[in-house]
Amino acid sequence: MKALRNYLNKIKPNFEEGGKLSMFRSVFDGFETFLFVPNTTSKSGVHIHDSIDSKRTMTLVIIALIPTLLFGMYNTGYQHNLAIGANPGFWITFLFGFLAVLPKIIISYGVGLGIEFVVAQWKKEEIQEGFLVSGMLIPMIVPIDTPLWMIAVATAFAVVFAKEVFGGTGYNIFNVALVTRAFLFFAYPADMSGDKVFVRTADTFGIGGGQVADAFSGATPLGQIGIAGKELIGSFQATDVLGNPLTTLDMFIGLIPGSIAETCVPAILIGAVILIVTGVASWKTIVSCFIGGAAMAAVFNLIGTTVVMTISPLDHLFLGGFAFGAVFMATDPVTSARTETGKYIYGFLVGAMAIIIRALNPGYPEGMMLAILLMNIFAPLIDYYVVEGNISRRLKRAVK
Amino acid sequence: MANVIKIKKGLDINLKGKASDVLLTGRQSDSYAIVPDGYNGIIPKVTARVGDKVKAGSVLMTDKNRPEIKFVSPVSGEVTAVNRGEKRKVLSIIVKPDAELAYVEFGQKNVSSLKAEEIKEAILEAGIWPFIRQRPYDIVASPSDTPRDIFVSTFYSAPLAPDFDYIVKGQENDFQTGLDALAKLTSGKVYAGVRKGSSIKAGGAEAVEVEGPHPAGNVGVLINQTKPVNKGETVWTLNPDDVLLIGRLFNKGIADFSRLVAVTGSETTERGYIKTIAGCTIKSLIDGKILEGKEHLRIISGNVLSGRKVSKEDYLYACDNQVTVIPEGNEVNEFLGWAMPGLGKYSMSHTYLTWLTGKKKEYVIDARIRGSKRAMIMSNEYDKVFPMDILPEYLLKAIIAFDVDKMENLGIYEVAPEDFALCEFVDTSKIEIQKIVRNGLNLLYKEMN
Repeated sequence: MKALRNYLNKIKPNFEEGGKLSMFRSVFDGFETFLFVPNTTSKSGVHIHDSIDSKRTMTLVIIALIPTLLFGMYNTGYQHNLAIGANPGFWITFLFGFLAVLPKIIISYGVGLGIEFVVAQWKKEEIQEGFLVSGMLIPMIVPIDTPLWMIAVATAFAVVFAKEVFGGTGYNIFNVALVTRAFLFFAYPADMSGDKVFVRTADTFGIGGGQVADAFSGATPLGQIGIAGKELIGSFQATDVLGNPLTTLDMFIGLIPGSIAETCVPAILIGAVILIVTGVASWKTIVSCFIGGAAMAAVFNLIGTTVVMTISPLDHLFLGGFAFGAVFMATDPVTSARTETGKYIYGFLVGAMAIIIRALNPGYPEGMMLAILLMNIFAPLIDYYVVEGNISRRLKRAVK
Repeated sequence: MANVIKIKKGLDINLKGKASDVLLTGRQSDSYAIVPDGYNGIIPKVTARVGDKVKAGSVLMTDKNRPEIKFVSPVSGEVTAVNRGEKRKVLSIIVKPDAELAYVEFGQKNVSSLKAEEIKEAILEAGIWPFIRQRPYDIVASPSDTPRDIFVSTFYSAPLAPDFDYIVKGQENDFQTGLDALAKLTSGKVYAGVRKGSSIKAGGAEAVEVEGPHPAGNVGVLINQTKPVNKGETVWTLNPDDVLLIGRLFNKGIADFSRLVAVTGSETTERGYIKTIAGCTIKSLIDGKILEGKEHLRIISGNVLSGRKVSKEDYLYACDNQVTVIPEGNEVNEFLGWAMPGLGKYSMSHTYLTWLTGKKKEYVIDARIRGSKRAMIMSNEYDKVFPMDILPEYLLKAIIAFDVDKMENLGIYEVAPEDFALCEFVDTSKIEIQKIVRNGLNLLYKEMN
């Protein structure tokens, strides 16, 4: 390590103002702080600091995402095998999914970090690590057959217009990964929904070629609900890609079609535990989001005039992006409510709104993405009222 | 005790290098200094000249706007230098001590028979006034005010802070006299925060038992939890050590600035208390108590959270009763530190695995910032260590934007920078919070006066 440090010290002058490589200064700084914790010491205020920094925080979110990502890769292969009626064993199945997902991760990071590097250099700032999480989230919340160029375009749009124009990491109003998803959804609706995109039927780099089974239909359970759901009351049964009925347990385990990493609730819960124990995400947001979703679903159960309204609260929480959104997206500290009371309200409304959108909108079966983006707008308002509450309590105290 | 405050929010950082209850002998301090930067809200006007012979209690400088506030020499001797910096800013006034201490005689007085004005007069005259601070603004109090209440916290809770129970031993009488004198200066009460289990008696004062982690000992917490400061009100605060100064003034009739100073920190080899006089050299305190020739040291006048960085050639700030020596850490290069499990790295959060190793462990933490400055990203970090009915994040944002209405509404008048020290410690984004608060208070003071 000493040799590396010495090498960095040797090449550092090239990158400083006036050096021949000064145009890459931000990149160099970024890599230097990536490799070595900066050893600058405090100049004012406290003389000692907590070891936590934003790199550590972001790293922990990524660690929390790993279980869902790995499961998502496996599920990608699994759904593919169901579709072509093959069973090549665990490792080949995983490899298929891994190879299918990896290019998306590379594209997302490549485009997003590229823009961050350029902007950081332009603004003469240090490269910030906020995109490490967004860049991982983006490939996890898109359908597996999303073309790479679409991911590239959407990522570029989101990083520039949802983040950099607001001032960069920590200043954005909307969750960057969700803006990417929303851009894809509204710009290329045909490629983002329906029964063609959630299960890869073609081969990946030559692995897993085969004939699609006759009974195959690639619609997600939510997609099926979306089609049947607006009917007046009738019998409805969610099925897997071959038409076999799905139980609530199947929806919980998550070997069902869906966006890459949204299906497996146990893996998401492992991530939730990691985030809550380390204190990176707020349990208040997560829990109240689930409560809000369940409560709203129960209300619709009572009304129960259409199929979608009869879906049980538990099924609602397990299906689609609800759990993933509640744990990894709604808890984004920058775009969610920042006051403690506000987090309860914010989480509850995200959950409730997601179910309302699912139940009442005619065009689109999933509601989590729009619910979170909508509540991103309202988060400052919620905080405003919590802060006003504090202020009026203090004013009353003065009058007494 | 009738009043009990239990604090849950806060953090005790278990650092290595606590002072044990022993008296150490320091070196003779070859000079003493008055450092104006040690006092907030004053503009120094130097009245002494180089070469003047002074006694302990002779006036060296006054506040330009409130000339009745005097700063006196802590020892007898000769004024050897008035050091000035940019724009002729007074940095320090140096006094070289005589072999024998001679005091200006102010006369012993019986506090109970004195009027408020006479007590004020006596404290001003002896140069002890600057140790009385006021909220709002956390500045040297104005003698023309009558405070709503006076608050004294009789214990320090910061990491490695001295134990006032030990300091006060043998001086209980002076402490009581000091409290009695203060009681005459307010129209309200003197509130004394006492640590649970402490034997300190605060006769005549409204004693409040305080329990919980740091910042339980901060006077700001005591105020907020008993009788918060509202707009238009003024309260005064004192460190318990400075109550002793007032007590001694009336009991002995002299300005006796002697102090027990705690020598603490992981890099000291011998730890305990040294009896010295306010304004002594740092050298006289730590020479022989740190490893000879050891470099990369951070020497702090005060505690690790709100103290000030000094060098060996500097002086202990007059209001401080502690010197702390920790590693500077600027020679450490940690490879991929943010990615490691981090056993042994201290963090309030559970983002490093250190929290699994138990609470008893003592840590050596150096002065590195351990990260780079960022926008405020994480929420609820400050709240966890801020036991007041104030929303620290929103107050800070109001200060940064200098939105006066918002600052008032969110509680700027109740706080001092030291109240935010733990927020600054735990901050993921490494923002210089105490500096922001200090600048905000200074600006607001200018705006309002």
